[in-house]
Amino acid sequence: MALSYLRSSSSRSVNLLKPLSSSLPLRRPISTDTTPITVETSVPFTSHQCDAPSRSVETNPKELLTFFRDMALMRRMEIAADSLYKAKLIRGFCHLYDGQEAVAVGMEAAITKKDCIITAYRDHCTFIGRGGTLLEVFAELMGRQAGCSKGKGGSMHFYKKDSNFYGGHGIVGAQVPLGCGLAFAQKYSKDETVTFALYGDGAANQGQLFEALNISALWDLPAILVCENNHYGMGTAEWRAAKSPAYYKRGDYVPGLKVDGMDALAVKQACKFAKEHALKNGPIILEMDTYRYHGHSMSDPGSTYRTRDEISGVRQERDPIERIRKLILSHDLATEKELKDIEKEVRKEVDDTITQAKESPMPEPSKLFTNVYAKGLGVESFGADRKEVRATLP
Amino acid sequence: MAAIFQGVGAAAPLSSSLSNSFDSNKSVFSPRRSFSVRKRASFAVVRSDGIVNLNPNGRSAQRLVSNAVATKADGPAASSSSKPGHELLLFEALQEGLEEEMERDPRVCVMGEDVGHYGGSYKVTKGLAKRFGDLRVLDTPIAENSFTGMGIGAAMTGLRPVIEGMNMGFLLLAFNQISNNCGMLHYTSGGQFTIPVVIRGPGGVGRQLGAEHSQRLESYFQSIPGIQMVACSTPYNAKGLMKAAIRSENPVILFEHVLLYNLKERIPDEDYICNLEEAEMVRPGEHVTILTYSRMRYHVMQAAKTLVNKGYDPEVIDIRSLKPFDLHTIGNSVKKTHRVLIVEECMRTGGIGASLTAAITENFNDYLDAPIMCLSSQDVPTPYAGTLEEVTVVQPAQIVTAVEQLCQ
Repeated sequence: MALSYLRSSSSRSVNLLKPLSSSLPLRRPISTDTTPITVETSVPFTSHQCDAPSRSVETNPKELLTFFRDMALMRRMEIAADSLYKAKLIRGFCHLYDGQEAVAVGMEAAITKKDCIITAYRDHCTFIGRGGTLLEVFAELMGRQAGCSKGKGGSMHFYKKDSNFYGGHGIVGAQVPLGCGLAFAQKYSKDETVTFALYGDGAANQGQLFEALNISALWDLPAILVCENNHYGMGTAEWRAAKSPAYYKRGDYVPGLKVDGMDALAVKQACKFAKEHALKNGPIILEMDTYRYHGHSMSDPGSTYRTRDEISGVRQERDPIERIRKLILSHDLATEKELKDIEKEVRKEVDDTITQAKESPMPEPSKLFTNVYAKGLGVESFGADRKEVRATLP
Repeated sequence: MAAIFQGVGAAAPLSSSLSNSFDSNKSVFSPRRSFSVRKRASFAVVRSDGIVNLNPNGRSAQRLVSNAVATKADGPAASSSSKPGHELLLFEALQEGLEEEMERDPRVCVMGEDVGHYGGSYKVTKGLAKRFGDLRVLDTPIAENSFTGMGIGAAMTGLRPVIEGMNMGFLLLAFNQISNNCGMLHYTSGGQFTIPVVIRGPGGVGRQLGAEHSQRLESYFQSIPGIQMVACSTPYNAKGLMKAAIRSENPVILFEHVLLYNLKERIPDEDYICNLEEAEMVRPGEHVTILTYSRMRYHVMQAAKTLVNKGYDPEVIDIRSLKPFDLHTIGNSVKKTHRVLIVEECMRTGGIGASLTAAITENFNDYLDAPIMCLSSQDVPTPYAGTLEEVTVVQPAQIVTAVEQLCQ
């Protein structure tokens, strides 16, 4: 990777003797260090109907460490979810995001919590990126009260309204018109914010996507459609499902950008560029070239339609966490041991949270009937005698 | 989608058989003066020569006061010019309700095909685009799935879109959005999001519109959890239900009927809404409860005249709220009359009548003296030929026969 190192004017020199904590002799206090570093992305951007952004990305040690920690947390969380599923504590559907973490963290680095994100069912890590807690994730996955949707949504229905995370949708492609509706509301309220509507390569062939794109382009909505292309729509490779797998070009009259989705910095650059573009010129499509290590869901081994060599090849060459680790080490921002300590700490955090989540109780039976309607209309009020509660549980 | 209905009956009467029987039957004997005059007033209508006929008999228009229809009762000697309120057609009532709500709350917006510049294919949104601008009255391309989804997405952030399906049947293309997103998001998000959308449009069997444009979607949507469904039938309840639906935090589907847009009625000047979950008592009675909604209300009222002549005293309730049913009003009626007849325009199989029969049987079985009778449309695609189309839908003569059978 080509690296260029810029020293800032405030003389923070490499000081081996600057103590931060007694046990870890850090080179410098990296947790608050915002010295700008410029990194070149390894893969150039390819663009359609627009000018590609520059390959030089501005970052700083604090951000890189945050990337590392967040991605390690997400990776650990997904692997823990895998074990929980096999232990039958998580049931139904569980779609894991490991391998694709760079998209979630890179996007968050480029935007604010006032911008909206909406995605499909592979939403655990996006939820964490938006500020969701681990406890809410695990409790929801196990169907407990402490979950983000009170246990009533499940793996595919994570939402966080206060940080504008709109879910969490099970039907492929249905979230894209919703996302364009969010963008419409942003334009209506003149918020100067944008919406990122994420979908997969499988959903890219849905008609409603093109319908929504047409309307967004017509009405100049600040909608950014992000195709997380992990090259497989469940078991079908992209070349078997799409006549034109160049998803960033599929918008035709809408500009598009193809991004290396395993590089968190490239994702950050692309999202920043897209946000500026969308606020001025309307919708844009981003195609994130990414990869998932697990199968489509827990019931899919993931090896019947692709070779194990391919999976391990990507893991060795393009893994997003390894990339950031190498970047941190080569810039001397932290030692090998410090990074391993972060990973250990993350692992402990995940394990502790799982224990805590397991203690959270299941929802009360009466909660079956709450939140069907706002203000509790329906079953409780409309018995034969309005005052009588008619809902009887089996 | 090819049939653009410009004002179905600007010149044509609602139903030739209906208006003829009303106009010709001037000396109808009725123990309840109010009901017949009320019907007369609301029917009176725009005839083919454009003459507006309000009170053919010159009788006073004493409004029928019922639980859900809270209007002022007019004095017996009031003449039409000094009566309170103003007269308008049903589509104008809808427009008035919509306009008042848009003025009251800047978050209300309208989206649909041809609602803006064209003014709406049934003129419900006429003039709104000029008044509120293109950002609040949005002309969408022909893409029901996505613009319904967009409306729902906008509602998640707090906007209050009113989504119009040019014909209810076209909303089948948006079924996924209505069922999964509209109905379920409040629940699956644990209460974080409310979806205050109103989805409205004309449905029902019209005048030889063909099978695809004569659909009754209330039967398809009725089991979606999380939505409310209401059907309007008079200008008064059309405006009231429209306003209540817009103000409601829940998604509401407002079913209008293609043939009812030109009904005329005098409605109050002041602000009013109709309770979304309440049924309307159209005609109190003693012998049999007839439950109906939308256009069939008028067939029932026509049959009621014949029935009254024959000595029966039917109680007619316009259920209005298709989901949830107003079992309170219905229950009280069943406890009084002990006989139920449901007259609906839905198909026999899986329609609103089928659900209502089940609900009444479950709750009020002890009060019934006879099995519930349900008259619905035939389980066939609506044919084009006029004579066949007439037979698909329930006609007043069938209602009379059914009541006679029920009251034996």
